[in-house]
Amino acid sequence: MLWPDTADASLWRAFRRQFVRHGKSLLATPSDAANPLLFFFMVVTLFPIGLGPDPDLLAKMAPGILWVVALLSSLMVSAKLFASDFEDGSVEQMALAPYPLAVLALAEVSAHWLATGFVLALTAPLFGIMLGLPIHALPALVASLFLGTQCLLLIGAVGSALTVSIRRGGLLLSLLILPLNIPVLIFGSAAVSEAVQHGNVLSWLALLAAMALAALVLAPLAVGAALRISLDN
Amino acid sequence: MALISARGVSIERGDRRLLEGVGLVVEPGHLWQLLGPNGVGKSSLLRALAGVTTLGVGGEIVRETRMLYLGHAAAIKRALNPVDNLLYHPASDAGLARETVEEALARVNLAGYEAVSVGALSAGQQRRVGLARLVLSQAQLWILDEPFTALDTAGCQWLEALIREHVSAGGAVIFTSHQASPFGASQQQLDLMRHVVA
Amino acid sequence: MWSFIHKLGSPPWFYRFSGTFIRWLLPITVGMLVCGAIWGLLIAPPDFRQGNSYRIIYIHVPAAVVALAGYYVMAFAGAVSLIWRIKMADVAMRAAAPVGAVLTAVALVTGAIWGKPTWGAWWVWDARITSMLILFFLYLGVVALFEAYENKAAAAKACAVLSLVGTVNIPIIYKSVDWWYSLHQPASIKFTGESAIDASMLYPLLLMIVAFYFLFACAVLLNMRAELVWAHRQSSWLRQALGAA
Repeated sequence: MLWPDTADASLWRAFRRQFVRHGKSLLATPSDAANPLLFFFMVVTLFPIGLGPDPDLLAKMAPGILWVVALLSSLMVSAKLFASDFEDGSVEQMALAPYPLAVLALAEVSAHWLATGFVLALTAPLFGIMLGLPIHALPALVASLFLGTQCLLLIGAVGSALTVSIRRGGLLLSLLILPLNIPVLIFGSAAVSEAVQHGNVLSWLALLAAMALAALVLAPLAVGAALRISLDN
Repeated sequence: MALISARGVSIERGDRRLLEGVGLVVEPGHLWQLLGPNGVGKSSLLRALAGVTTLGVGGEIVRETRMLYLGHAAAIKRALNPVDNLLYHPASDAGLARETVEEALARVNLAGYEAVSVGALSAGQQRRVGLARLVLSQAQLWILDEPFTALDTAGCQWLEALIREHVSAGGAVIFTSHQASPFGASQQQLDLMRHVVA
Repeated sequence: MWSFIHKLGSPPWFYRFSGTFIRWLLPITVGMLVCGAIWGLLIAPPDFRQGNSYRIIYIHVPAAVVALAGYYVMAFAGAVSLIWRIKMADVAMRAAAPVGAVLTAVALVTGAIWGKPTWGAWWVWDARITSMLILFFLYLGVVALFEAYENKAAAAKACAVLSLVGTVNIPIIYKSVDWWYSLHQPASIKFTGESAIDASMLYPLLLMIVAFYFLFACAVLLNMRAELVWAHRQSSWLRQALGAA
């Protein structure tokens, strides 16, 4: 909805404003950002308990385990992405603002990613070591999660926007998002496995980077459309 | 010059058609109240007029000006303080200054609460944070869904005065209310019962 | 040509047209399926390595091919409904979703039945079967999303958006699963070997693929007609049409 705006209509200012708003509310309720990280921590711990403490087995499975748990944690994050904004009427106001909803949504997702995916990527080496991942593979772990969590959250945002108007839409969100997340999982875990074996890591990271760039451009458009559809439900 | 004009508007929710043939022309200086019992579709019509919903809205709605829409949910974050809420509100003017926001809060009797998170305020106070948007807004047309809810007598009088001020300055207001309207003869009314689909 | 497509957008016209269309499409489909089945299951020669158990491909491959194509049909219908706001395109998209899901399930089950005598296991995580499984989830997602929305008009738009997002992802998913498989490939047999297929086995397969496409069209049209009967059950044109039949 665009009509002549008497005030300053700078798109970047609107983006920054939405970013700061979401960032401040995340800082004010730290559990929203901390819970997925704690979830990641606990679930990673479950695997040695379930599989047995054999260090060779764990080291072999570490890339897969870390990436699957990162994906699950991202599902948790996505489920709450637009929920509170939808309930308190913020999405309505965003839809009425004279700026593209896609841009405002991207601002929110960016702020959310900095608080969740980015932090996860930085703290992942700790869990890698717990599972016996060799040290030389840790940079690849961080890089793959850095790029991969962006993809996961952008795709998750589409799912969240589609299901935000549905009661208990969290489970449906998982069903919708999981198939779309599988390529990210494949590329990410392959990057780490290859790093362990001193193989070719860069091509997998390049694929992740390409997906992240494509998602950065395309996902907000889908999110904008989906949020408007949810307002109509 | 009509700020908003609606012709032959119909509202559907799900498979049911609620309203039909609604027409409305709002010019500067108008004060419109939508009348009707609960469930007739007042909120749905307001949302359609504001442009929040487009699905299930038939007919023609022409909007010529910037609007402010205040719905049931005021888009106020409980975790933030009032200043941050208003400064970074999605629909507020970009380039809003902190001092302007603080003045607006003073006008709604919330001076001194700038650093308190909204969740810690009373329901009436929370409502006033939302109403402070009206003070800050540069929009010519206000679309207000039950703005008098959860306000005490003083608050109602304050809001009444604000609306009159806005209308006499050339703005326009469309609102709904459960209580008897305080504006008496100075307002126009649209009775939605005449447009209900049997 | 355009006026014909435009007319299809009107429910009464579509209902009449699809009625006459189905009346000859259905027998042709059944005919092709029967011919293809007899040819493939009885007449075509047994395979050198797999003997007679390979014959399940006459159901498995057509089902898989049409299931994948069906997703694109569904997404295309969704796009048409989003861009041009044609309600019949909505109906087409929603009719295609369960048909595609069932075909994917058939492909998965027949794939498992093929797998047991051929490679000794009911389920083998090879690239094609894994991609089929993901496609199944994509279909289920569309169906589930539609059921979950209260406002069905909004539901149709949401499903259109979801299937469009899916179409962008399907090539990525298929390719990534391919690479995943070659990355972790066990050192032994290549499960999906591209052996050259003999003409005597290829032709019945092609016939079955075409037959399944026709079957898909019949199923979707019948589904659409059923949807129209339910949605317009109060209106007079439908009562007339049903009375006349």
